[in-house]
Amino acid sequence: MIKARVTVTLKNGVLDPQGKAIEGALDALGFADVGSVRQGKVFDLEIEGADRAKAESDLNAMCEKLLANTVIEDYTVSIT
Amino acid sequence: MKSAIIQLPGLNRDRDMIAALTRISGKAPVTVWQTETELPDVDLVVIPGGFSYGDYLRCGAIAARMPVMQAVAEKARQGVLIMGVCNGFQVLVEMGLLPGALMRNASLKFVCREVKLEVTNANTAFTRGYQPGQIIRCPVAHHDGNYFADAETLKRIEGEGQVAFRYAEGTNPNGSVNDIAGIVSDSGNVLGMMPHPENLIEAAHGGDDGRALFAGIRGKAA
Repeated sequence: MIKARVTVTLKNGVLDPQGKAIEGALDALGFADVGSVRQGKVFDLEIEGADRAKAESDLNAMCEKLLANTVIEDYTVSIT
Repeated sequence: MKSAIIQLPGLNRDRDMIAALTRISGKAPVTVWQTETELPDVDLVVIPGGFSYGDYLRCGAIAARMPVMQAVAEKARQGVLIMGVCNGFQVLVEMGLLPGALMRNASLKFVCREVKLEVTNANTAFTRGYQPGQIIRCPVAHHDGNYFADAETLKRIEGEGQVAFRYAEGTNPNGSVNDIAGIVSDSGNVLGMMPHPENLIEAAHGGDDGRALFAGIRGKAA
């Protein structure tokens, strides 16, 4: 069994209204040092088998085909 | 004009769209469930609005990967008219049939109200029922209608006349770039728009500004 984590974040230059709202809320809580917040998504996956190279290539394909919208998002894959 | 309408779990504007198509074209659209792999021989395929798959992952993302969408993409390649409204627009960008993406409204609020639309390009298969620059009324109801495209894509779609509708008179409800409300594909046969023209087609709706869109679509046999 291979465990992997996929992280999807907004590309630079794409406005993130949700991140902005969170930034405002943190400021309201007194965390005045927060410069900016960008919201993203994390996916934890369990993959059958032990072939790490295949898992990595499959995970990249999953990101391209579904997990990320590459028009607006970047992704990283890490296998633990 | 013969039409088909795609149905998926979580869509809720399909019946409004069926009613509009039936009244204006005189023929009820064929309804096609998401698991179908073929579409009937029609002039227009519509993906209606709603919240397919509960907007999980991203709006329209899961719907865009259902089997029927491969058939929709094939129809698009053949030049058949494809129209996506609201969630349908989100599905079309997720499929890559239209450029850009639809993001959370800048206000972070769900908007349900009437807006003004400018018919930016009246020379498309979907907008020929209107005059160029005509301002029409149209309802919107969405949480993720904030159209985004990178600078290069934006320049291209603006330059090629792919912006069909723009929010007018300061009524942009979602922060979309260049006030974009609806776009067509570079081939011109695919339209995506956030507003709901099917909800303003007769006096009982309080107006019929949406009617000309459907009335202007010409079927092969019509």
